Amino acid sequence: MKKTIMTMGLSLMALTAQALTPAPGKEAVDKIFINAHIHVGNGKVLENAQLAMKDGKIVRAGYYKAPLTGNEIDLKGKHIYPGFILANTNLGLAEIDAVRASIDGQETGQLNPNVRSIVAYNTDSERIPTMRFNGILLAQTTPTGGLVSGTSSVVQLDAWNWEDAAVKMDDAMHVNWPAEWANRFDWSTFTMQLRQDKNYQQKVEQIKSLFSDAKADSSNNNIKLNAAKAVLAGKKNVFIHSNNPKAIIEAIRYFQALGVKHPVLVTSQGVEPIIDFIKAAGVGVILDSVHALPQTTDDSVDNAYALAAKLNEAGILTALSYPGSMSSRNLAFTAGTTVAYGNDKETALSMITLNVAKLLGIDKDYGSLELGKSATFFISEGDALDMRGNLIKEAYIDGRPIELHTRQQQLYERYQEKYQD
Amino acid sequence: MKLKLKPFVLAALACSTSGQATSIPTDVTNGNVDNRNTIMALTNATVHLNANKTIENATLLIQNDRILNISKGNNPPAKATIKDYSGMHIYPGFINLDSNVGLPAAAKREAFSWGGPETINSTTQGAYNSNEAIKASYDAAEFFTTDSKSNKKMRAQGFTNALSHRKDGIMRGTAVLTHLGDQPEELSVVKAKAAQHYSFNKGSSKQDYPISLMGSVALIRQTWLDAEWYAQQNDMLDFDLAAINTNNKLPKIITTANWQQTLLAEKIANEFGTKFVVKTSGDSYQNLAAVSATEQTLIVPLGQPKAPQINDELDAWNVSYRDLKKWEVAPFNPALLEQQGVSFALVPSSSPQGLDSFLKDLRTAHEHGLSEAGALQAITSVPAQILGRNDLGSLDEGHYANFVVTTAPLLHKDAMVAETWTAGIRHSIKGLPKMKSGHYQLTQGDKSYQFNLTTEKGKIKLAASDEEDEVKYNIKAAGNFATLTVTDEDDEQQFFGAIDNRAFVAVDADDWQMTRLGDVKVSDDDDADNDKAKTTPSSKELPSIPFPFNAYGLIEGDDNDSVLIKNATVWTNEDEGILTNTDVLVVNGKIKSIGSDLSAKQEQRVIDGTGMHLTSGIVDEHAHIALLSVNDIAVNSSMVRMKDAINPHDVNIYRNLAGGVTMAQLLHGSANPIGGQSALIKLKWGVEHPEDLLIDGAEGFIKFALGENVKRSRNQESIRYPLTRMGVEQVYRDAFTQAQAYEKAWKDYNKLSSRAKKKTTAPRKDLVMDATLEVINQERYVSCHSYVQSEINMLMHVAEDFGFNVNTFTHILEGYKVADKMKAHGVGASTFSDWWAFKWEVNYAIPYNAALMNNAGVVTAINSDSAEMSRRLNQEAAKSIKYGGLSEQEAWKLVTLNPAKLLRLDDRVGSIKVGKDADLVLWSDNPLSIYAKAEKTMVEGVVYYDREQQDEIEQTIAAERSRLIDLTKNSKGAKAPFQSKPMKTYECESITGHQHIDHLFFTGAVQ
Repeated sequence: MKKTIMTMGLSLMALTAQALTPAPGKEAVDKIFINAHIHVGNGKVLENAQLAMKDGKIVRAGYYKAPLTGNEIDLKGKHIYPGFILANTNLGLAEIDAVRASIDGQETGQLNPNVRSIVAYNTDSERIPTMRFNGILLAQTTPTGGLVSGTSSVVQLDAWNWEDAAVKMDDAMHVNWPAEWANRFDWSTFTMQLRQDKNYQQKVEQIKSLFSDAKADSSNNNIKLNAAKAVLAGKKNVFIHSNNPKAIIEAIRYFQALGVKHPVLVTSQGVEPIIDFIKAAGVGVILDSVHALPQTTDDSVDNAYALAAKLNEAGILTALSYPGSMSSRNLAFTAGTTVAYGNDKETALSMITLNVAKLLGIDKDYGSLELGKSATFFISEGDALDMRGNLIKEAYIDGRPIELHTRQQQLYERYQEKYQD
Repeated sequence: MKLKLKPFVLAALACSTSGQATSIPTDVTNGNVDNRNTIMALTNATVHLNANKTIENATLLIQNDRILNISKGNNPPAKATIKDYSGMHIYPGFINLDSNVGLPAAAKREAFSWGGPETINSTTQGAYNSNEAIKASYDAAEFFTTDSKSNKKMRAQGFTNALSHRKDGIMRGTAVLTHLGDQPEELSVVKAKAAQHYSFNKGSSKQDYPISLMGSVALIRQTWLDAEWYAQQNDMLDFDLAAINTNNKLPKIITTANWQQTLLAEKIANEFGTKFVVKTSGDSYQNLAAVSATEQTLIVPLGQPKAPQINDELDAWNVSYRDLKKWEVAPFNPALLEQQGVSFALVPSSSPQGLDSFLKDLRTAHEHGLSEAGALQAITSVPAQILGRNDLGSLDEGHYANFVVTTAPLLHKDAMVAETWTAGIRHSIKGLPKMKSGHYQLTQGDKSYQFNLTTEKGKIKLAASDEEDEVKYNIKAAGNFATLTVTDEDDEQQFFGAIDNRAFVAVDADDWQMTRLGDVKVSDDDDADNDKAKTTPSSKELPSIPFPFNAYGLIEGDDNDSVLIKNATVWTNEDEGILTNTDVLVVNGKIKSIGSDLSAKQEQRVIDGTGMHLTSGIVDEHAHIALLSVNDIAVNSSMVRMKDAINPHDVNIYRNLAGGVTMAQLLHGSANPIGGQSALIKLKWGVEHPEDLLIDGAEGFIKFALGENVKRSRNQESIRYPLTRMGVEQVYRDAFTQAQAYEKAWKDYNKLSSRAKKKTTAPRKDLVMDATLEVINQERYVSCHSYVQSEINMLMHVAEDFGFNVNTFTHILEGYKVADKMKAHGVGASTFSDWWAFKWEVNYAIPYNAALMNNAGVVTAINSDSAEMSRRLNQEAAKSIKYGGLSEQEAWKLVTLNPAKLLRLDDRVGSIKVGKDADLVLWSDNPLSIYAKAEKTMVEGVVYYDREQQDEIEQTIAAERSRLIDLTKNSKGAKAPFQSKPMKTYECESITGHQHIDHLFFTGAVQ
């Protein structure tokens, strides 16, 4: 058995060499693009406009009479998008779902406020280049499990190591608020049991006492309480994970009373009945699965597709995410799907760019193509929210050109060549 | 042994004042023999001989355990013990067909563990069947002991007889029919082997197979075939197979968990020329027409679900319309079955309180429309017929003296069970009312009073019979004496007397007299009220029943299959390519013509396709929707058939229609190198039978699987062969070699003369070998779950060695590495667009796979393996434009024409061509666009999904939900906190159908 594991380890290493992350020697470049459709990320499109970057920042985005020194690159109507941002993901923490040795996403125990994802974030994960290839250039690498899963960090997807990768270290603590009803699968009758969870109050108390004890503690001898203190001090936000309307209300009320003014809610269709409450509470929402079946048999066939537009219409700051990370490269297509069900195209784009940046607290630098912000963007042949148009030949993170041609593309070409012979 | 039995005899005598208990003839009496043959006469009773015939004022004669005579009038023989039963109703004793009284508790089912070492063989010791769930030789009578505590509970509800079987296993053995009279076993048993019992639930069996519904079906079929073979052979002993043959003539009763299983029971029975009596779960109302068409006799549990407790609108969030509706309609189930002319017996609900509330539940069913006669038949004559007994279930000369005495007509709200008699033994329940009710006159000297005497809830009530009379009457009874008080203004007078033979008499006969003048005197006004009370049935109106029984069954369908679609952009998938501004005419479900300016006849529906795209429907080569289970567990599971597990009312059919899917292959899972037989379906929403979805004339298909799943990679403790890809190959070679030998054995046997055949044991018919042989003979086509190139290559070699072709490699994520070999073999590919990284064997999967294989000349399709993704297969196809640069028309074929080819149905579906089935989708946009929505989806010309109706449907559902929620809030019955269970959805890996649970298996978290 040991032997097998070793072989597996070796071959994993062998593979990572192919990812070439990041491309050595690539520094921020200064470029000027003209005749581009600039999708700003804030809902606006600048058609046939100009975008220029210098020292990793955007110095032009719009219409300018005066030429800028340097080579102008004519994009002839191609599209420029801000890098998509993948929130609430196990990217870099999970390599092969079924291989336990390759998974680092969930620590054991119920209360892990002090656990930090950033130290396990594997910049060499083979999953990362597949994200970049579809336009995802930033991610919030996030632990899961328990009542308090730990602390996430925001990373950019082209780095030598996790220190290089960190865009916002330890940005938020993730709390899984329990639900009043608990599923339990009965292996003897082979049926799903759904019962009111007798331990609901007790679980809620565990979360609450973590913070109340942190408030009362003066010793700093308890690293869990110390981690919670960062939330109380406003150094970290709280992400509430729940898909149960009553639990969501309880959780938001609790954290706001604690002084966390703008916790972020990570949820799915359970939020629909309480849209008014969410709006009034001023809480932003990350929908974690657009490509999902309706929650109950009664729900509209479009339930999961149409929810984003409903939240937006209610005036809620809404972002989209994608469960796990294996297929998260499809993030843009979930945004595209919402457009068919009531969303506006550029609003859908905001939901995977500027709105995410706002919820992660990185919108000062990222999330839209505006002057002074980081030159983190890509150029697409066509509409990047549609599979047919999402063809990306160039991408930049902080002005650095990044490698898009990695293992999957290499394999493709190798076999294309094989069959042409 | 006999010493143990004595207390029962004593107990029986103790509770029976007129015990006619006989002793066991072979037994030794400790004392003097006390056998009596006294004739007992119950007089003045209303005797209900059966549901349709009643004798009023009758005399019932009983001797020993039998009825001697029933006659009209009060004319008992001189030599008889006479009991006055006036006012009493006597009914045939009720028969409980779903009991396990007196039997040891069945072993508890052990928790299933896919993560531990597999249990491949039976763990039962001895010469019993090789499948542990076959317990056909279990003889309940051998294990039966008298259980007076349970008997008493049943008698309290009027039951005099029970059919008891051990509720464990798929073939559960025989049931024992007993009297519920607390007699010693020797006398309690009416018939030792009264029926055989079956189910689809393997119960406590520790053996892994079968774990699915279709596996249970296959096991029943194989075991019956084995029993036929067993009768001719002399090689082995198997008590269970022997018992099946011995007990073959007994009624077969099968317990089903849902109406789908109820239909399935009929299908299996038909195949073997037999008939099941089906114990349902009480859900027949969900598919009444189909259930009643089976003409099976049913055993139906009473009872209804508790109303969901919904305190506020957020509670309502996760309570489905279906569950609310179940609560509303379930009480009507017996009445609905009666209306359909179904013959059925009623039994107590299986809830813990089910038995104690049996009569209450029966009255509830009556209030919900079940007729009095129907109710009575269902608990007396129908069960007797099922058991083939003419001495039970009705009252007649020579029948068992098993009857129930009630204080009022059975279904009357005030009726109480006074006594239950079993085999001539009287068991007092509430007891006869101490005094006969009626209109009485009390006289003392010149004083005279008239009043009515009734008994309500065991209390004697007196009331003036004349409205004008202001005198108050009261009586207090204690033991066999009573005091009657007459209060006339201030004057109070007391009459003390004894209660004797249900009459009140003065201790000193000269003191006063009380005479019964007749029945209770009612004023004219009361009369009207009384009549009303008597005729309560169907006071509740039958609610509408959606079909299918869920929210999307509320849609009003239109089965018009002739339609003209005007002016659309038509993706033909033929040489014509994409035609703009084109009309397509559909007549009787087939494409009749394609052109411009076509005109419709009056009966044809016209749809304006301006600005829209019309395509042939999406074909999902790899789906697990519309199924009740997906995986069985035997290494070669070729005997299981997915068509046995189809749920035609899975809402995912409707949801998939909304995504433009019109056809799917329902595949077995991937737990085994050789999986089960596929079912090819059209997505027709709202059909009655599972078979209505199946495609007539479609070829047979079977699932194979390779790699990590079949070698049980994520189970560290697995012992099941094969554990490596090396072993996987040998599983195939072995199976095909055995199948060839099997074929030869049958050929040799069939060549024999009929005389020689008689002397020779025929080979054992083996459903596994039959299906495996079909594969070799190219009569069943293989769709093989596969990932890495080595195994793909391997299976092609194995197939070629045995002279057949693999039809399709499904998933096939490394197909791009061996596309040239696949082309040469002639196998097609059905792949995921971009899945990878979920397990080790898909680490080299690339999203360019479909394009590479397609370009190499392999017939390539993109499939879903997911009820969610199948709704977006158009998007999945479009990814091959991004990854690999396919043209739009080529990309579109990946989810339409190409899968149709793989399923060998491209002559009927997959393109828009004259003569083909009109499985069509009208899209709001280019179907490959992320912004496209299916506007209308047609299967064989019938519009099953229409987005135009969506708003209206959703409003109807919302209105119905709120009506039902209000109804539950206002209902008086018990309420329980409630949430609807999460829906099951299946993928290849699914065992339970609950994704996050299945994921635990998948990731190895469950060990």
